[in-house]
Amino acid sequence: MNYIYADHAATTATGSVAREAMIDCMENYYGNPSSLHTPGQKAAEKLWESREIMAKYLHAKPEEIYFTSGGSEADNQALLTAAMIGKKKGKRHIISTAFEHHAVLHSLRRLEKEGFEVTLLPVHENGIVRLDELKAAVREDTICVSVMYANNEIGTVQPIAEIGAFCREKGILFHTDAVQAAGRLDIDVVKENIDFLALSAHKFYGPRGVGVLYCRKGIPLTNLIEGGAQERGKRAGTENLPAIAGMAAAFREACENRDKDNAYVASLRDQLIEGLSEIPHGKLNGDRNQRVAGTVNFCFEGIEGESLLLLLDMRGIGASSGSACTSGSLDPSHVLLALGLPHEVAHGSLRLSIGAENTPEEMEYIVNNVNEVVAYLRSMSPVWEDLEKGNKPHLI
Amino acid sequence: MLYSEKVMDHFQHPRNVGKIEDADGVGEVGNAKCGDIMKMYIKVDENEIITDVKFNTFGCGSAIATSSMATEMIKGKSIKEALAISNKAVVEALDGLPTNKIHCSVLAEEAVKAAVEDYYKRKGLPIPEDLS
Repeated sequence: MNYIYADHAATTATGSVAREAMIDCMENYYGNPSSLHTPGQKAAEKLWESREIMAKYLHAKPEEIYFTSGGSEADNQALLTAAMIGKKKGKRHIISTAFEHHAVLHSLRRLEKEGFEVTLLPVHENGIVRLDELKAAVREDTICVSVMYANNEIGTVQPIAEIGAFCREKGILFHTDAVQAAGRLDIDVVKENIDFLALSAHKFYGPRGVGVLYCRKGIPLTNLIEGGAQERGKRAGTENLPAIAGMAAAFREACENRDKDNAYVASLRDQLIEGLSEIPHGKLNGDRNQRVAGTVNFCFEGIEGESLLLLLDMRGIGASSGSACTSGSLDPSHVLLALGLPHEVAHGSLRLSIGAENTPEEMEYIVNNVNEVVAYLRSMSPVWEDLEKGNKPHLI
Repeated sequence: MLYSEKVMDHFQHPRNVGKIEDADGVGEVGNAKCGDIMKMYIKVDENEIITDVKFNTFGCGSAIATSSMATEMIKGKSIKEALAISNKAVVEALDGLPTNKIHCSVLAEEAVKAAVEDYYKRKGLPIPEDLS
């Protein structure tokens, strides 16, 4: 069997639609969109066309789309903008959640150092933020709420429309990191009352190094990059047109095929969940139903995630884990800890994120191999020995 | 690649995995909360030679590889020689470890020491100062 790539939440392979658009762009749209001559204007048209495509599928206006280097930059700029607006109004409180991506959490940490106060809402065992807790956390001086659309590690989808409606009513800016949702869910920035939204092309078969910040018309953006007048003066630097055109083509493709792909990918996901649930002392992380189609996250007691990943890789399966050893720190993933999982359980996590090119046969292969590798690692684990002998109680 | 070929070899084909039911010394170090636990079993003969050694480890690739390498390095050695093997020697024998994995080698060294300490305790012998 060929190598099975099951890490789509990390990145997707650049699809043929994006590749063709990029090559076409490099061959035929080489001008600088800021130039007045014909090649430049041709490139400017291509840029606008890409902007229109991104806007269309987000239900936004083209002039509300700002091209960035990716999701992280968009998150940074959205939160900095909200903070600057708050500063002018004397509002210094920002609400977010405990399991945001680090692009949001670390931006907030920096703002805290500059005098802002941050409240991180709990996400509970099911990995979903509660509206009543958001309402209770709001203060007179709350300037912004930032809640991710779908979580990157466990895939749970947040009540974005409800949060958006509440924030709009209260006059609070609402930002959502939609990196895991874009191309997978039907995002409507108008209906959902979203003020800022971040997305990244390489999660929906587009190229990496390019993304979008949607910023609702009338909100004055603060620049991260000063310079030329690109992106209506809000993001300087000659536009990466091939990447932008590739992203737009991939986004259109993903959105047009969304329902069909989601139904198929969800059936594979359910096959995975069903199969992996057979492993004793394992646990599906996050709500069973309120999740993106492709993401599955399990914890297996008595083993550590990195060794599980390495052994799966040797068997031709590419997955991911939130164990300390893969997070680059001594603590396991903040997302799994936010769900209330004990450290020793969170260390044994496995994320499988699948796409439309995966097959039912591959899911069967994954289930069988995870089963075998977990059993093997448990056979040499002193932690598992203690659990099995009853020296320590099973936690899951 | 994150790990050297030697690390990957010891991770994929760990030496001396298992338990010794009638061990003369058993040492367990680490903490499941931190993601690594090593348990080492030793058999020691009348000349204080480690005649057999086995390990069980809960941990990442480098935790398993360092456990495996450490058991290879102490097998057949005297207790004195085994105690002289530092975590640095284990790292070198594995052709290096990433900086954030050095603690795994420290754990391997501690596991050897803990097993030896347990051996002395079981024998009712005084525990050498450099162990306590």
